[in-house]
Amino acid sequence: MEGQLAHIGAGIAALGTGIAAIGVGNVASSFLGGALRNPSAAASQTATLFIGIAFAEALGIFSFLVALLLMFAV
Amino acid sequence: METAEQSDGGGLVFKPMDQFLVKPLSGDGIVQWFTFTNAALWTSLAVLAVFLLLVTATSKRAIIPGRAQSIAEFAYGFIHKMVEDICGKEGLRYFPYIMTLFMFIVMANFLGLNPTAFTPTSHFAVTVPLALAVFLGVTILGFVKNGASFLGMFWVTSAPLALRPALALIELISYFVRPVSHSVRLAGSMMAGHAVIKVFAGFAALAAVSPFAVLGITAMYGLEVLVCFIQAYVFTILTCVYLKDALHPHH
Repeated sequence: MEGQLAHIGAGIAALGTGIAAIGVGNVASSFLGGALRNPSAAASQTATLFIGIAFAEALGIFSFLVALLLMFAV
Repeated sequence: METAEQSDGGGLVFKPMDQFLVKPLSGDGIVQWFTFTNAALWTSLAVLAVFLLLVTATSKRAIIPGRAQSIAEFAYGFIHKMVEDICGKEGLRYFPYIMTLFMFIVMANFLGLNPTAFTPTSHFAVTVPLALAVFLGVTILGFVKNGASFLGMFWVTSAPLALRPALALIELISYFVRPVSHSVRLAGSMMAGHAVIKVFAGFAALAAVSPFAVLGITAMYGLEVLVCFIQAYVFTILTCVYLKDALHPHH
């Protein structure tokens, strides 16, 4: 029973990765919005874009990690 | 990873996680210290590919570069510019290490896209040492370069005094969580993408959905080519950001 509960918990934790996807999409859409207003500044900001995406994604990764731990380590 | 044994069941006869098993290439299936496994094979192939691209292809030093040489030059210029933009001139001293990281990760990722290949970077056993090396190196470098004032990075002087202890705690946690997110991001995206391709391959067993399975595999494969490059890029750019924090901790 406990093992099954851990699997349910893993599924719930995996929702976090989807929520982090909203954050990643938000970063990308803001970048695109800004880039279309001022295309000449866009090229210099791609590095910032990827750093922002990486930081937003990191929190999704933690929930993925929790899901993995619940599946295989608990 | 011992995932495949535990994740049986479900409707699929085909096990999507089987591709990540480390198997010895010869002998009776027991992995010992010096057993040559598929992980060792594909890691060596990635190193060989980096050598072929960066050393052999550029050895002629043609004024008008050929195809291989222009790819090598492009990769070199790309990483060089990234390090210079983020870390400044000072960071260029650490460019060789960052270039090595990028080339190894990108080659391991791309070679892992071959059918029946093994992706070394899909394993935490590979990405955690890479991330820990960056983390430890950057921390030691920060203390060597700045001495005790490196700790000022955690004490945000631009914030009100009452908030600073709480901010210091948050900064400290986020600092020590860096190697975790750094390594899990790479391994997780490699593993997830390849597993999704295999899941679509499992659908191909049903005749009714097999055309969609082929379409799905093609689409995911295209996405994976992109993801393989982007994850290597993100790993490298975060290394640059961490290096910048160590070199200039006060902003």
